[in-house]
Amino acid sequence: MDNIAGHKSSLVLITNLAALLLVLLWLFPTVGLLVSSFRTADQITSSGWWSSLSAQERQNNPIRISGAEIEENGLFVIEGRLFEAENVEVSLWGTSSRAPQAFEPGQTSELSRDRTVMPQTDGSFRFTALESQEGKRLPRVFTTATTPPEFTTDNYHKMLFEKGNVEGMGKAFFNTLTVTIPATIIPILVAAFAAYALAWMEFPGRALLVAVVVALLVVPLQLALIPLLKFHNGIGIGKGYLGVWMAHTGFGLPLAIYLLRNYMAGLPRDIIENARVDGATEFQIFTKIILPLSFPALASFAILQFLWTWNDLLVAKVFLIDASGETTVMTNRIVELLGTRGGNWEILATAAFVSIVAPLFVFFAMQRYLVRGLLAGSVK
Amino acid sequence: MHPALQGLLTILIGVGGCVGYFYFSNVFLDRVLFPAKGPNAGRNINRANIIRPWLFLLPAILALGLYLAYPVFETIRLSVTERVSSVEGTRYVFVGADNYAQMFAEAKFWEALRNNLLWLIVVPALSTAFGLLAAQLTDRLRWGNVAKSLIFMPMAISFVGAAVIWKLIYDTRPEGTEQIGVFNALYLYFGGDMPQTWLTIPFWNNFFLMIVLIWIQTGFAMVILSAALRGIPEETVEAAIVDGAGPFTIFFKIKVPQIMGTIVVVWTTITIVVLKVFDIVFAMTNGQWETQVLANYMFDKLFRANDWGVGSASAMVIMVLVLPILIWNVREVRKEMR
Repeated sequence: MDNIAGHKSSLVLITNLAALLLVLLWLFPTVGLLVSSFRTADQITSSGWWSSLSAQERQNNPIRISGAEIEENGLFVIEGRLFEAENVEVSLWGTSSRAPQAFEPGQTSELSRDRTVMPQTDGSFRFTALESQEGKRLPRVFTTATTPPEFTTDNYHKMLFEKGNVEGMGKAFFNTLTVTIPATIIPILVAAFAAYALAWMEFPGRALLVAVVVALLVVPLQLALIPLLKFHNGIGIGKGYLGVWMAHTGFGLPLAIYLLRNYMAGLPRDIIENARVDGATEFQIFTKIILPLSFPALASFAILQFLWTWNDLLVAKVFLIDASGETTVMTNRIVELLGTRGGNWEILATAAFVSIVAPLFVFFAMQRYLVRGLLAGSVK
Repeated sequence: MHPALQGLLTILIGVGGCVGYFYFSNVFLDRVLFPAKGPNAGRNINRANIIRPWLFLLPAILALGLYLAYPVFETIRLSVTERVSSVEGTRYVFVGADNYAQMFAEAKFWEALRNNLLWLIVVPALSTAFGLLAAQLTDRLRWGNVAKSLIFMPMAISFVGAAVIWKLIYDTRPEGTEQIGVFNALYLYFGGDMPQTWLTIPFWNNFFLMIVLIWIQTGFAMVILSAALRGIPEETVEAAIVDGAGPFTIFFKIKVPQIMGTIVVVWTTITIVVLKVFDIVFAMTNGQWETQVLANYMFDKLFRANDWGVGSASAMVIMVLVLPILIWNVREVRKEMR
């Protein structure tokens, strides 16, 4: 018996470790982007994000010295710090890219035109010259230093609130919100009535209609793009919010009807029949009894539809975004940034996280309903 | 008008319109058209009850018809016509199978089809496998729900956001500088000679794109399969333990066969997602370096080449690939309804 028990505990340990590994693996990509969005452009390009979590010794990008000039016994002196952060420990430094580790802290490097520079271990420096350096390019210093972890919210400030930043996400954020809210609410209402009719009313063709809804559930969006673009142009609404709201409503309906019908069909028959006997009209039964009871299903669909419309790129690109770019949504803005600012990870990471935050919040706040919706929505 | 205001107004009009429509059409039916009083009260009630379901269904039927059913037939029509623009306006000329012939002659189309088939095999298989693994591992853990939440989280992230996340992982810096992409950092750490630009290596780059979707879909598979695992009768597992079955035998011989139905459902659901995959490819490679897929090929034809005929033809190819799943689903539901 001991043997079996021992065997079991080792299995539990392995299970725990394997699960932990899987979770870390799945979390790692997102954390990487999150950490990167709090680093400066220099930090991102000079080291991997994983090394930013602990103090690291590394070769930094060259720093151009700057500061106020003071005249001191005929010498023009600039004193200051190379790094904004405290606790930096410079171990080696140099003044040219060919020998970036030529000197130790405290040594003085003679530059051209009788200039000298001397950084100290703590990152402070002293620069001297025989003539004023006003308006001239000051030399660069290459350092190898141990820097403590350092994070900044500047990226977010720049992407969200900076006026005149054409790459900003503020406007796109509101555009996305403008697309999402009506596109989530309207299909729920339309679908709820239809689902009630399909679940609790007797009429010829009911089974056929349910089958049609299930069929439309998997019809690829791609088929609808050209005909609807043609239709929208034909009736004169062209590209715009109205078109994208209508498109999202149409595309969301099959799932909404399917989810709600299944849920409503599971409600106890007695409640509805008692209400009918008591003389309630169908409209009253629906609004007073069915709708409140169906709240979990309504919430499930609302979350799925919110995530889908918030994260959508294709429908917005086809039905909303015109040549002026005034109505761009966040997903589209990010794709544009990927094209134009492919290497600027501080911009990309921040933009991506701005767009991810709202769905993540909804996800963690209402996960229960999301799971329920998915369980009911995958066709059995 | 400010779009936010316009949005608010639309919500009001949309919601108000819907509520108003449902309310007043019911009132009209009960009070005006077939009032439940007078000599014909009984007949009128019956008639009203015959019409009422259609009042409830009308907006949904209109929207479904216009936004999903009609486009299917219109796309079939467009795929056999050519759009001709002239001074008098745009005409559509019947060209038979020309669009299809033109599409089949393009190497890019076959590349897209091959890649799509590759996606169809790899992504559902690995997502389901990882999902099953995650479901089984977290099933009995004390912190199982937290673990599930975290693996499930990518579901909330947009394909575009995921593309950015993974592009950072595949990032390449020039040789000799510090690598900031995990892939290259690991590759060099384990003795790789020089940093690779992962997304431009033909054929294998497809798999680097697939990883993104697998990463997203595993959570979905895990959630559904975990519910199925919970539904397995305890006795079957206990009986197997008594008979001396080890954990692996129990998992593969007892549990998996019992949830086979759910595995098929998860597999087909992910298959449908894969068939429509667009954002990931569009954002990460835009079909360059032999990573084209059908949905992106279609978008390309539609908006870059402005060729509606071939665009519609390629949409029909996606439809044909979905068709078996559609038919199977409808048959299952009809069985259930009976």
